[in-house]
Amino acid sequence: MVVTNIVQAVTMGLRQELARDKNVVVMGEDVGLNGGVFRATDGLQKEFGADRVVDTPLAELSIVGCAIGMAVNGLRPVAEIQFSGFMYSTFDQLLSHAGRIRMRSRGRFTCPIVVRTPYGGGIRALELHCESGEAIFAHTPGLKMVVPSNPYDTKGLLAAAIRDPDPVIFYEPMRIYRAIKQDIPEKDYIVPLGKANVIQEGDDLTLISWGAMVKTCQEAVEKLNNKYSVELVDLRTINPYDAEAIADSVKKTGRCVIVHEAIRTGGFAAELIASINEKVLLSLEAPVIRITAPDVPFPLAKLENYFLPDATRILKGIERVMSY
Amino acid sequence: MPKRVLKEFKVEYLQILDENGNCDEALMPKLSNDEIRKIYEMLVLIRVFDQKAFNMQRQGRLGTYIQFKGQEACQVGSAFALDDDDFIFPMYRNSGLLIARKQPIVQVLQYWNGDERGSVSPKNVNNFPISIPVGTQTVHAAGAAFAAKLRNTKQVSVVYFGDGATSKGDFHEAMNFAGVFNAPAVFICENNQYAISVPRSKQTHSDTIAQKAIAYGIEGIQIDGMDIFAVIKAVKDAVDKGRSGKGPTLIECYTYRLADHSTSDDASRYRPKEEIELWAKKDPIDRLEKFMQNKKLLDDAYKQKVLVQSQEIIEKAVTEFEKIQPPDPKDIFKYVFAEMTQQQKEEMEELFGK
Ligand SMILES: Cc1ncc(C[n+]2csc(CCOP(=O)(O)OP(=O)(O)O)c2C)c(N)n1
Repeated sequence: MVVTNIVQAVTMGLRQELARDKNVVVMGEDVGLNGGVFRATDGLQKEFGADRVVDTPLAELSIVGCAIGMAVNGLRPVAEIQFSGFMYSTFDQLLSHAGRIRMRSRGRFTCPIVVRTPYGGGIRALELHCESGEAIFAHTPGLKMVVPSNPYDTKGLLAAAIRDPDPVIFYEPMRIYRAIKQDIPEKDYIVPLGKANVIQEGDDLTLISWGAMVKTCQEAVEKLNNKYSVELVDLRTINPYDAEAIADSVKKTGRCVIVHEAIRTGGFAAELIASINEKVLLSLEAPVIRITAPDVPFPLAKLENYFLPDATRILKGIERVMSY
Repeated sequence: MPKRVLKEFKVEYLQILDENGNCDEALMPKLSNDEIRKIYEMLVLIRVFDQKAFNMQRQGRLGTYIQFKGQEACQVGSAFALDDDDFIFPMYRNSGLLIARKQPIVQVLQYWNGDERGSVSPKNVNNFPISIPVGTQTVHAAGAAFAAKLRNTKQVSVVYFGDGATSKGDFHEAMNFAGVFNAPAVFICENNQYAISVPRSKQTHSDTIAQKAIAYGIEGIQIDGMDIFAVIKAVKDAVDKGRSGKGPTLIECYTYRLADHSTSDDASRYRPKEEIELWAKKDPIDRLEKFMQNKKLLDDAYKQKVLVQSQEIIEKAVTEFEKIQPPDPKDIFKYVFAEMTQQQKEEMEELFGK
C-alpha cells in the first residue's frame, strides 16, 4: 500500500499499464520531458522512452485522430488532452469516428483508445480550463465515459479503461487532484467500468454524484450531522451507467438528489431521473431534484463560486426533498 | 519525360536593427524622433507592467498571469502600425499588445484577476477578447477581414498566435480562407521557440513557419521579432497591402519567451539557463536604447525618467484596480443571450432569490 493522491494514482496507473502491455502508448502535449502540466506523466518518458511516452505537436484533433489510427493498427494509445475545455476540437474525431469504427467495420477494426483529461472548476483557473462536458460524451454512442472521485478508483478505473476494447473518455477531477490522499495497493487491480459505488449506506435519501462533486456531497452529509440517513452513491462511470444500483438505492430510500457540476439543461442528472422514473417511479416519495450549475458558460474566477454547487446548496436540496 | 521544375520558392528574413544597435537605414521605416521616443516609452511601460503583474500574482493579488517578456517588440511594433478600428484577435500572451492598443491597464489587470469586465474593448477600438484556446482565433481574423472587404471598410484584421498554434488545423484553414477570399488579414506568429515545454523543432518539421504561407498562395516572411523596426516595417507593409486589396500576409516574428510559460510553469524543467542568457542578449529594449543613444535620442536622465514615469502609471492603475468592486454575480446570466431564457430566470432566482 502506498499513500497517494489522484494525480499520483494516474501516474501509477499509467506506469502499471505501460509496463504490462507494450502496446500502450501515452501521448499528448507536454507529457514527455515536462511530465505533463499537472505532472500526471512525471518520469514516464524517462522510464519507458520517447516512443512510448510521446510529446505531440499542439493539435487536439490530431492527437485524438492519430490515436484512433494507432489503435486501429494495433496499439493502445492513452491520449492526454491538457484541459477538458480543449476537447471541443476533438469532437469531429470522437463523434464522427471513434465511436463508430467497430460498427462501421462490423468489428474488423476497433478503437481501444483512452482520452484522459482534467475537468472541472474551483481552482480559479483561466477560461476553458474548468469545463464539465461529461453529458456531451455520454450523448455519443460508442464512447464510454468515466469520472473517478478518489485515488483508489482512479488507478483501478484507468487500468480498466486502458484494457477496455472500446474508446473511453477519462475525466480527472482537477480540483481534487491533490486534495484527497488514500492508501492504495501498488499491485495490479482494476475497478470495473459501469459499476457505481455506494460510499455510504443510508435509508432516508439517495444522494448521487460523481467526480469532484462527491467530495462536496460528503461535506454536505457531514454538515447534516446524522439528521437524515443518507445513502451516498458515486456513479464513477457515466456511460454505461449503473442503472440497477441507482434503482435499488432509490427503491430503498424513496427520495433522491442528484448533484453535478455541469450545467443543468441536458445534464446527466436528467438521464438518471428518467431512468429512476422508468424503473422505480412508484417508490418515490418526492420528486427527484438536481443540484447543478446554471445554464451559463463557466464564469471567470471572480464569479466561479456562484456557478459551482456547494455544500449549502446541496443541503438546501436535501431539505426540500425531505420536507416534500 | 524528364521531371521539370514547376515552381520554386524562397523565404525572406528581415532584420533592420541588430542586437548591437546597428541599423540598416535603407530599410528603416519612416519614423520621427518623437515617434521613436513614444515607441520606446510604450516598450518600457509594458515591461514594467509585465513584471508588476507577475509580482502581484506571486503576492496573491492577481490570478494566473501570462508573461510576455522578450516579445515586447512584436506587440508594440504591430500595434503601432494599426488604426484603432482595425481588428485585433489577440492570444493570452498579448497583454502588452492590449495596452499598446489603448486597453486601460486597469482592465488588463481585471481580466487576469478573473473579472470578465476586463475584456470590454474601449469605444472605437476593436480589441477582441483574448483567445485562451490556442489557435482558434486565427479563423476569426480571416472572417473579420473578409467582412471588411465585403463592406469596403478598409479595416485590416490582425491575429496573434504562437509557434504551437501553427500545428492546429485552424491556422492552416484560416490562411486558406484568407487567401481564397483575398482578405485583408495579417497573421502574426510570435514564434517564441516553445509551446510550454515543447520546442519549435518538435512542433513542425519545416524549417520556418513563414514558409507555411506558400502552400496557401499568400506571402510569408520571417523577421527578427526582437527588432522593433523590423516589426513595424513588416506589419506596415502587410497592412498597406491588405488595405489596398492585395490580400493576406503571414509574418513569423522570430523571438523568445524570456519568462516561464505562465505563473504555473517552471521552465527550468525543459530549457537550459544558458539558452535564456543567450537570448537575453538580443533584448528588444536594450537594442533600441543602443540605437537611440547613438542617435542622441536617449541619455541616462531620459531613461530614468521613462522608467519612473512607467512605474507611476502602473502603480496608479494598480491602486485603481484594487478599489474596484467585484462584478455583480447576476452578470453570469445577463450576457449569455440578448434575452434570458425561462430556465435561466428560474436558475437565477434559485441562486440569488427574487
Ligand atoms: C487548444 C489548446 N490546447 C492546449 C492549450 C494549453 N496550452 C496553453 S498555452 C500552450 C502552448 C502554446 O504555445 P504557443 O502557441 O507556441 O504560444 P506561446 O504560449 O508560446 O506564446 C498550451 C499547450 C490551450 N490553451 N489551448
